[in-house]
Amino acid sequence: MGETGVTDSSTLRIEMRGVSKTFPGVRALEKVDLQLKAGEVHALLGENGAGKSTLIKIMTGALPRDEGEIRLDGHPVEINTTADAQALGISTVYQEVNLVPTLTVTKNLTLERQPRRFGLISWGRARALAKQRLKRLNLEIDTERLLGSYPVAIQQLVAIARALEDDTRVLVLDEPTASLDANETELLFKIMRDLKSLGIAIVFITHFIDQVYQVADRISVLRNGRMVGTAPAAELPRLELISMMIGRELAAVEARLATSKSEAGGEPVLAAVGLGRRRTMTPFDIALRAGEVVGLAGLLGSGRTETAKLLFGAIRPDSGQLKVDGKAVKRFSPGHSLRYGILFCPEDRKAEGLVGELTVRENIMLGLQAKRGWMRRVWKDEQKRLTQEMIEALAIATPDAEKPVGQLSGGNQQKVVLARSLVAKPKVLLLDEPTRGIDVGAHAEVVALIRRLCAEGLALLVASSELDELVAVSDRVAVLRDRRKVEEMSGADITRENIIHTIAGG
Amino acid sequence: MKERYLPLAATVTVFVALFVTGGIFYKHFFSTLVLGHILADNAFIIIAAIGTTFVILSGGIDLSIGSMIGFVGVTMAHLDSLGWHPLASAVVLLAFGVLFGACQGFIIDFCGIQAFIVTLAGLFMLRGACFMVSLDSVPIRHPFVGVFADVSIPLPDGGFLASSAIVMLVVLVIAIVIAHFTRFGTNVYAIGGDRTSAILMGVPIRRTTVMIYALGGFYSALGGVIYALYTSSGYPLAGTGNELNAIAAVVLGGTLLTGGVGMVAGTLFGGMILGLIATLIIFNGSLNGAWIMIASGVLLFLFIVVQRSLVGSFNIRRSA
Repeated sequence: MGETGVTDSSTLRIEMRGVSKTFPGVRALEKVDLQLKAGEVHALLGENGAGKSTLIKIMTGALPRDEGEIRLDGHPVEINTTADAQALGISTVYQEVNLVPTLTVTKNLTLERQPRRFGLISWGRARALAKQRLKRLNLEIDTERLLGSYPVAIQQLVAIARALEDDTRVLVLDEPTASLDANETELLFKIMRDLKSLGIAIVFITHFIDQVYQVADRISVLRNGRMVGTAPAAELPRLELISMMIGRELAAVEARLATSKSEAGGEPVLAAVGLGRRRTMTPFDIALRAGEVVGLAGLLGSGRTETAKLLFGAIRPDSGQLKVDGKAVKRFSPGHSLRYGILFCPEDRKAEGLVGELTVRENIMLGLQAKRGWMRRVWKDEQKRLTQEMIEALAIATPDAEKPVGQLSGGNQQKVVLARSLVAKPKVLLLDEPTRGIDVGAHAEVVALIRRLCAEGLALLVASSELDELVAVSDRVAVLRDRRKVEEMSGADITRENIIHTIAGG
Repeated sequence: MKERYLPLAATVTVFVALFVTGGIFYKHFFSTLVLGHILADNAFIIIAAIGTTFVILSGGIDLSIGSMIGFVGVTMAHLDSLGWHPLASAVVLLAFGVLFGACQGFIIDFCGIQAFIVTLAGLFMLRGACFMVSLDSVPIRHPFVGVFADVSIPLPDGGFLASSAIVMLVVLVIAIVIAHFTRFGTNVYAIGGDRTSAILMGVPIRRTTVMIYALGGFYSALGGVIYALYTSSGYPLAGTGNELNAIAAVVLGGTLLTGGVGMVAGTLFGGMILGLIATLIIFNGSLNGAWIMIASGVLLFLFIVVQRSLVGSFNIRRSA
């Protein structure tokens, strides 16, 4: 699929050309182009970490770009701060309602812009101003009530009313429907269509595919920091869209590893029966056997992480049973799971996994110390020996064991997360997005590593948004949709196409 | 009634209920005379608490109030012995209060240190400064003290409004105007309600924080001036622990310690409830002074429990 639609520069509202951005250890955006036309709703899609929010932050001045240029109505513009963006008529409404719930609607709409007389605020005129702003969205509510007393949908609309200036040219809506029900979403879409008719270019970020087709005129897809493509919504079939989001790289890895799949049998090490939690995950069955890799596939928000956390006890289930080696687990907590030899490697290694300031050795030892309890400390020589073993086994590229983890590259940080788990010699390892944000080379190494671990008799669960990775490593794949396990496939059935069909609900 | 007036209504109800209860049990209690005395006796605490209301509304805390009251009082007395007119020293000390508060606010925002620690340091420094000025109680002998004491507005039914109460009511009205009719006031509520959102909505955080603590410094210094004039003396230990009384008055007045919710007018009634409890127990005669603290403590506790459930019931905070 190519670049469709008119690119006559006179109809372009905003244009980003060759925008790149690098964070320490991660290439977040790689020469991304994005073109928004006046009066269109443009959906920006991509899995978590694809670079959507980085791109938007650059457009709205919240982040500086490394290279590339931005043109507004054909003229190059410099956007270095959020104030610059606002002055140019680029407004943003974030996923979290960024208003003050303890203030009235009027106060929220007029904060720092209240009309004044003799230095004192004229609340009468402020109310009129607030009503006028809401009127543009055809919203009639009591502006003297506290914002927090309204449902989230109304709060969201008030946030849009505040963001909309008379001269707004571009409106960015970041996951605006995440906490709305169907009716509320419909109301928001109606307003988006109204605004579009005023010539405003609307960027709509979401992970609800259905909604994209309801409201978007064109769709752009980002993956791993690259623009995969842009197409009119009417000309882009759903299946193709999902495969654009999930990707088809790593075919080489797939080929190399396809032969090494294991045949596992015997009793499951970890088995969930009807395990679930209301509003988090519909009850599901899953079994992990020694020497077997089970993949968890599904789009963002489908319940991948939740499933892993339920199995680990980090989310407390309210129904069902969990069996370890055939015995039912009575109490659910990460501490108990660790004692059973179940380990969880979280998705966000910075927030949940690693302590950036500590050295490689200290981070790896955290895993062991947690298992042994703090009373029984590990002697320094023992620590050095174990760390060296891990560095060699996982080929962690670090000059020595005493380098702070934060200074390693993304792929090597991920290996340290794995090392930390492995040093405690677990029976079951739950990996959430083991290859998130690392480059293709390191990616292949991590995938190979997962296969090797499995061959050594570990039971593995891999939750991933990278379909090819799952196809490459999994003996069985559980497919999730809307927080429900919809299918489990094994052997020759595990193909990209099958999984995509199941995810799309076809 | 709008839900945000509920805490204020609750405070006023408790005040009226206590006052009527006193009137039922004790002769002469339910009178403008008693009311006037409660206002006059507690004026300095209520004045300081008005400033604290802004600090707490913004989600902060100010522990330096009691020491400020002591320092201002003892310095005024000392300057009096050097021949200063009390009004002249009051102007200088009020300016000092503003400056001291502004410094605290700047440090809190610029260094990103918790208000609790910064103002705790302020508490120690000012109390130490009190002892630098004088180790003993110093009388204020200037004739102005007498003039100040004589000014009063008669109330119907034999009571009167003393000069300290008049000053308190005037600065209360000013504070209400600041809180509800200036951008600064709305920004204070916004910062306390959701700081992150306030930043994104363009509230100048540093300027507002500095102004909040400067205002707090002004009001607590004014509390010190009124206390010194009311007692016609300065004492280095004066005001010890009064920061906690002021915070109690603010909380009883319906302001949430977490910030963002509350009203300046409530603080007046909060302070008067504390004064009323003390007066009731003194009227009783058979109970000793310890019961004042115990009753205040129980009431404060009940109030916070009620507030918690109120807040929960109309869910004005997103993450409760």
